Amino acid sequence: MGWAVIEMCETFVNLDIVVPNQTRYLRLVGAIAEQLAKELDVQEDTRDTLAFHLNLALTEAVANAIQYSSAANSTDSVRICFSVEDAYLSVRVYDHGGGFDLAALPMPEFDELRERGRGIFFIRSVMDSVQYHRTDSGNVLEMRKKIA
Amino acid sequence: MRVAKEVRDDRTVLSIQEDRIDAHNSGELKDLVLKTLEGGTKNVVIDLARVQFIDSSGLGALLSGYKNATLRSSGFALAGLQPRVRSMFELTRLHRVFDIYPSLQLALSA
Repeated sequence: MGWAVIEMCETFVNLDIVVPNQTRYLRLVGAIAEQLAKELDVQEDTRDTLAFHLNLALTEAVANAIQYSSAANSTDSVRICFSVEDAYLSVRVYDHGGGFDLAALPMPEFDELRERGRGIFFIRSVMDSVQYHRTDSGNVLEMRKKIA
Repeated sequence: MRVAKEVRDDRTVLSIQEDRIDAHNSGELKDLVLKTLEGGTKNVVIDLARVQFIDSSGLGALLSGYKNATLRSSGFALAGLQPRVRSMFELTRLHRVFDIYPSLQLALSA
């Protein structure tokens, strides 16, 4: 079962979501990301693009987290935390798998028509910063986007 | 994944009836395209007009189709890309790889 706690006021948003590590929940996660863009205080002409970019970044990040945690534990869940502070939206996606080295990931070779390996490239393309690190509660992919 | 399959002249049209292709259904798409090619068709057109969102795994499924079609000397075209979907091809420069038509009608008359 997934659950959500939402807490909003004019300048600060905190939203925590936990979903089972199953790909059927990607649609829901993407829809929440799009809806969040509609709640944020951003310029009207950038809202649709922001909604798409958040949907894409979250879909890719959560699909990665599901893939990593599935290998370790099939009953695991994925936690997603959104927060807005100082004109930035920060999105953190936690996984409990073996993790990976973000810095070591190469840019995709566009001429090689490989079927995999574009997810992080898309996240980097649509977000302003991407970091991956290990914490006591699992690995976390932290993505930031300037919204004002 | 809901897909409408139709044979028109020498082409097999697969019309995706989903608004979203992601890691949940891209595996099915890949298998379906492969089965269609194995069925002996010499031209496949994927109609994406209803698809509003595609992720990296969806692009991977289409690339798999493209590569399989090329190996079999079959045609493989995409039609009706919505703006968000098209932007994903442009970001990865895959619009230079695929045969892309603005609409199914144009793909069929090509």
